[in-house]
Amino acid sequence: MARYEFYGYRRENGRVGIRNHVIILPLDDLSNAAAEAVANNIKGTLALPHAYGRLQFGEDLELHFRTLIGTGCNPNVAACVVIGIEPGWTGRVVEGIAATGKPVAGFSIETNGDISTIAAASRKAQEFVQGATEKQRERCFIEDLFVSAKCGESDTTSGLGSCPTVGNLIDKLDPLHVTTCFGETSELTGAEVVCASRAASKQVADKFMQVFNAYQEVIDRHKTSDLSESQPTKGNIAGGLTTIEEKAFGNLQKIGKKAKFIDVLKPAEAPAKGPGLYYMDTSSAAAECVTLQAAAGFVVHLFPTGQGNVIGNPIEPVIKLTANPRTARTMREHIDLDVSGLLRREMNLDEAGDRLIDIMLRTCNGRLTCAEALGHREFVMTKLYQSA
Amino acid sequence: MTTSFIVHDKADTVGVVVVEDVQPGKDLTGWIMETDETITLKSLDPVPLGHKIALRDIKSGDTVLKYGHDVGRAVADIGKGRHVHVHNLKTKRW
Repeated sequence: MARYEFYGYRRENGRVGIRNHVIILPLDDLSNAAAEAVANNIKGTLALPHAYGRLQFGEDLELHFRTLIGTGCNPNVAACVVIGIEPGWTGRVVEGIAATGKPVAGFSIETNGDISTIAAASRKAQEFVQGATEKQRERCFIEDLFVSAKCGESDTTSGLGSCPTVGNLIDKLDPLHVTTCFGETSELTGAEVVCASRAASKQVADKFMQVFNAYQEVIDRHKTSDLSESQPTKGNIAGGLTTIEEKAFGNLQKIGKKAKFIDVLKPAEAPAKGPGLYYMDTSSAAAECVTLQAAAGFVVHLFPTGQGNVIGNPIEPVIKLTANPRTARTMREHIDLDVSGLLRREMNLDEAGDRLIDIMLRTCNGRLTCAEALGHREFVMTKLYQSA
Repeated sequence: MTTSFIVHDKADTVGVVVVEDVQPGKDLTGWIMETDETITLKSLDPVPLGHKIALRDIKSGDTVLKYGHDVGRAVADIGKGRHVHVHNLKTKRW
């Protein structure tokens, strides 16, 4: 078999990106205005505003830092400007990103004010974007890729067609030493035992069950109903999914039939055990999950949808596929790959998986996804509990 | 013949309608993916694309099987050919 290849950006630390973003990253909610002003001044840069970063503590604060640092470290990012209200925590994010060797600089607003901060950060951003735009794509191989998966606005066609298509891709790429990731802890409810049986060892299975049970405790503590209309969502139910168990078995089709997951990652934790399939403890909300996977270093995302979730991510291209013929017809501008032929028995799963590999490699070579072309840049930080 | 519904596993008690025009009294052709078998069924309800149809009579309290696994509990008697959804099937969790 021919070795799959693509043209990507090899970064200072050896990792390969498929995009070449210069991002303006606010440490906290207060710094969004300055970050957006810099991105407005300097063309070719991208601000990632978000809602958090003040008075967080403990594990929630650690996750905040891990997400921001991980986002800056992602190989789809060429360089990064960090802006925060004060220099201490800003410096911590800069230092974390600097470990990759990529250009990064921090600016803080206190004692300077927005206008001086914006001016200084804009000068640095201009230097970064002019440097980044000189970077050339080079030949890379499939084992350089980190691929994440998560589905959304699922319906029964997701379990029949689009999720098994991702599973087919994972079955084909796992032996080729690609690094892959799935998550969505609450969305395995009912299928958790089957999922645990796909762990590579008893130790990994136990770690998965621990994470799964901890999430169930959160749901039990806060629930006021059986979660119907939240999980499954209103859209899931409109699409014919009735129970969380049914949704979970559909979701699990994404990991195919053969691959075993080799570790359980905390939210936004980078894989550290080499190539293979990883499970990440995430929410099942699309933007939260993809933001965490991007922060863990995944560079391209596969997103099966049934009813037509429109999500994108600012730094990790999101490829959408659907097996729902109505969604493929009515939401065509959002769908990168139509596999509804599976339901008409006009194509088989092996062919669908090959088409997904093809569109994924074309995306890696630079083809904009539907979500990129439509400007979807949902950057949503996961928050574990209230701030102090 | 057009495949109107698909069944994941031979043991399943529900199938998924994959066409947009299932009305009561229609003779439907289905495909069991696991065994690559073709089966037939008469619909008794309008069943929208993506929604489930009972493959046999299901009693209230019975476990409903899809993917060969437990996907919840029937909370009403469901006749073969009827629409299966939130009005007659509930989660056993949460």
